[in-house]
Amino acid sequence: MNIAWYLAVSALIFAIGAGGVLIRRNPLVILLCLELMLNAANLALIGFARMWGNQDGQIFALIVMVVAACEVTVGLGLVVAMHRRRLPIDVDELRELQG
Amino acid sequence: MSATTAAWIVLAAPLAGTIVTGAMFRRLPGRSAGWLGTVAIAASFVFALIALARVQGASPGHRELTSTLWTIAGTTGVDAKLTILVDPLSVLMICVVAGVSTLIHLYSVSYLAGDRGYVRFFSYLNFFVFSMLLLVLAGNFLLLIVGWAFVGAASYLLISFWYRRTTATAAGIKAFVINVVGDVGLVLGTFFIFKHTGTLDFVRSFHAAPHVFAHGSGDITAGCLLLLVGAFAKSAQIPLHTWLPDAMEGPTPVSALIHAATMVTAGVYLIARMHPLFQLAPAAGDVGAIIGCLTLLIAGTIGLAATDIKRVIAYSTMSQIGYMIMGVSVGAYTAGLFHLMTHAFFKALLFMAAGSVIGAMGGNQSLDRMSGLRRALPFTYICFVIGGLALSGVPPFSGYFSKDAILLFVAGRGGWHWALWAAGYIGALLTALYTFRMIFRAFLGEPCPEARELIEHGHLFHPEQPTNPANGEVEDTDVGFPGPEHAIAERALPMRAAMGVLALLALVGGIVGIPRVTLWLDHFLAPTFADSTLVGHTSNAVLAIGLVLGALVSLAGIGIAYYVWVMRPGLSTEIRARFAPLASLFEHRWYFDEAIDALVVRPGAWFGRFAQTTFERLFVDGTLIGGTTGLVRAGSALVRGAQSGFLRAYAALMVLGLFGVALYFLIES
Repeated sequence: MNIAWYLAVSALIFAIGAGGVLIRRNPLVILLCLELMLNAANLALIGFARMWGNQDGQIFALIVMVVAACEVTVGLGLVVAMHRRRLPIDVDELRELQG
Repeated sequence: MSATTAAWIVLAAPLAGTIVTGAMFRRLPGRSAGWLGTVAIAASFVFALIALARVQGASPGHRELTSTLWTIAGTTGVDAKLTILVDPLSVLMICVVAGVSTLIHLYSVSYLAGDRGYVRFFSYLNFFVFSMLLLVLAGNFLLLIVGWAFVGAASYLLISFWYRRTTATAAGIKAFVINVVGDVGLVLGTFFIFKHTGTLDFVRSFHAAPHVFAHGSGDITAGCLLLLVGAFAKSAQIPLHTWLPDAMEGPTPVSALIHAATMVTAGVYLIARMHPLFQLAPAAGDVGAIIGCLTLLIAGTIGLAATDIKRVIAYSTMSQIGYMIMGVSVGAYTAGLFHLMTHAFFKALLFMAAGSVIGAMGGNQSLDRMSGLRRALPFTYICFVIGGLALSGVPPFSGYFSKDAILLFVAGRGGWHWALWAAGYIGALLTALYTFRMIFRAFLGEPCPEARELIEHGHLFHPEQPTNPANGEVEDTDVGFPGPEHAIAERALPMRAAMGVLALLALVGGIVGIPRVTLWLDHFLAPTFADSTLVGHTSNAVLAIGLVLGALVSLAGIGIAYYVWVMRPGLSTEIRARFAPLASLFEHRWYFDEAIDALVVRPGAWFGRFAQTTFERLFVDGTLIGGTTGLVRAGSALVRGAQSGFLRAYAALMVLGLFGVALYFLIES
C-alpha cells in the first residue's frame, strides 16, 4: 500500500488534535488532543519505518509513547491538583502567569 | 642535619603550633594551649641553635646557604620560589626572635591565664612568630614581602586582641593602615630593583646590582628610599611612628614581643639585609641616618613627658630603634644588629616587668597613680632596674656596649657624622633620664593604695568595676576584655622564670661584642658584611673617649633623675612650669598626630566625600547604572505584552510558527 495513505491519515489526526488544542478550554480535553497529535506522529513514523524496511521508526514511536505516558502523568496530576484546590478547570481562566 | 633543614623546621614548628591551637581551640582545657604554643616556639629555638652551630661550623666562605622547596611562579623573567636564605645574619635573627619569643610565650602562659581569649591569644602569637621567622629567613623579595605583610596582620590581630575595647580596635586599625603604607613602599622599592636586576632572589640580585646600577644613580636611590619607607613604617621612625605608642593597647606580652623585641626591628634587619643595595645609594643611607637620629631625640623627649608606663617604654623603643636605624644606615651593620639583640633582651624584660606592675595595679597604667611599689614587688623591681640600667647604657650592662659600638662607628665615618655622634650621646642622656624617672616614680616613695594592699594584706588589688585605663569606659571580664584575674611575677613561676632569664641576658649580653676584646659577633657576621664599603676608622683615643663618655652620660642621667624625682619631689613641676611651651610640645607628642590628621587624613576624607557626591552619585550611579537599568526596563516593557497568560494563544503561535517553518521549507525545495 502506498505510504501516502498513511501520511494522509496521520496528517488528518494531527490536524484534529491541533484544532482541539487550539479551540477547547478544558485541560483534560487538551491533554486528549495532545495524545492525538503524538499518536499521529507515531503513525507517520511507523509508516516510514515500513517504507524503508527497517526498525528505526518503530523505536522512535516507542520512545514517543514513553514520553507521552510521562506527559499524561504530569498533566493529569496537574488537573487533579487544580480540582482539589477548587480552581476552575478552564485554561482561559488560569492566566495568572503573565508579564 | 644541615643548616637549611634546621631552618625549615624552625619555620614549621610555629606554623604547626598556630594551626593546632587555632583548629582545636574548643578542645584545649586550662593552660594546655599556652604550653603547646610555648613548646612549639621552644622547638623552633632549639633548631635555630642547631642552624647556628652548623653555620658557625662551616668555613667562612660557605656560610651562605639557600634552600628551595618549590617554585611558586616560574616564567620568563620571574623567578618566584619558596626559598630561604640561611646566612649568619638570618641565623642570628632567628636565634634572637625564637629565643625571646620562647620566653615571652612562657610569660604569657601565666599572664593571660585569667583571660577568656587564652587559646586565641596563643594561636595569634604563634602565627606572629611564624611570620617573623619567615620574614628573616626569606631568600627572595617575594617571601620577604609575604612575611612583612604577615607580621603586620599579626600585629593588628594582637593589638586589637581585646576587641571590645574601642581604643584597642582603633589602635589596631591605625597600626595596620600605617604599616600598609610601609608595605606599599617596600613593594614599589622591590619593583625598582627587580626592573633592573631581573631577579627576585636576594643572592643573585645583590651580585647583579653593582653591574646594572651606576653608583648613586636615580633608580637605585629611589628604590632604596622606598625600601626605607617600608623600614620606617615597620620600625616606627618619624613620621610613620604614631602607631607604636597606640599599639600599647594590646596585652603586655604583645608589646614585649612585637612592639619591642622583634617586629619593630624588622626595618633594621631590612637595611642590613639590603646593604649591597644601600651601598650603591649613599643618599638613601644618609636619609636613614638622619631620620634615625631625629627619631631617637624626639622619642626621647616625648618619653620624658609621657605618664603611661607602657607608652614611656614604647617611646624608648622608638628611640632605641632610632639608634639601630642610624647605625645600619651609616654602615655599622654589626653594631646595629648587636644593639638589636641586646635591646630585644632588655626591652622585653622591661615590658614584662611593666606587665607585672600593671597586674599589681589592677590594670592601671598611669605613672601618676603608682608609687612605692618596691616593697610590694621586689623581684619585679630588681628586673626593672636591671632592664633600666641596660637601657640607659650603664657599664657593664649589655646596652652599654651595643650603643657605644654604634656611636663609635658613626664617629669613624667622620665629617658631618660627628653631629650624629653628639646627638647619640644627648639621646643617651635622655634615655637614662626617662628610664629612671619611670623607675623612681613607680617604685620609690610612699606606697600607693594598690601597693599597700599587696604589702599589708598579701593579695592583689582588684578594682570593683573593671574599666578601660585609657578612657575610663566601664568593662566586664568576658571574652573581648581583659580577664578578671591579674598576674604578677612575684606569684607566677613562668613569669618569673622568663624575666629571670632575660635579666641575666640583659646583664651579660654585651659579652659577645666588647670593643677590641671579644669580637665574636663581628667574626660571626663578617661573611655577610664582607662586601661592605662603608668602613669607619676609629682611633683608640676616640674609642676610649666614647666608652668613658657613654658611661658618664648614663650615670649623669640617672643622677639627674634621682635629684629631680626623688630628692626634690616638687622640682619636676617647677621645671614644667618654667618651660611650659616645651613641656606642652613634649606632652602633645610634638603634634605629630595632629599634623598627620591635618595633612593626610582630613584631605583624604574630603576627597573621598567629593568623589562620593560628584563622581559616584552623578557619573557611576546616575549615568552608568541608571542608563543600563533604563535600557533593560524599556526593552522588557516592549516584549512583556506577548506574555498574555492565554494558553491557547501560545499554542496558536506555536502552530503558526510551525506553519511558517513548513511553508519556508516547501518554498525552498
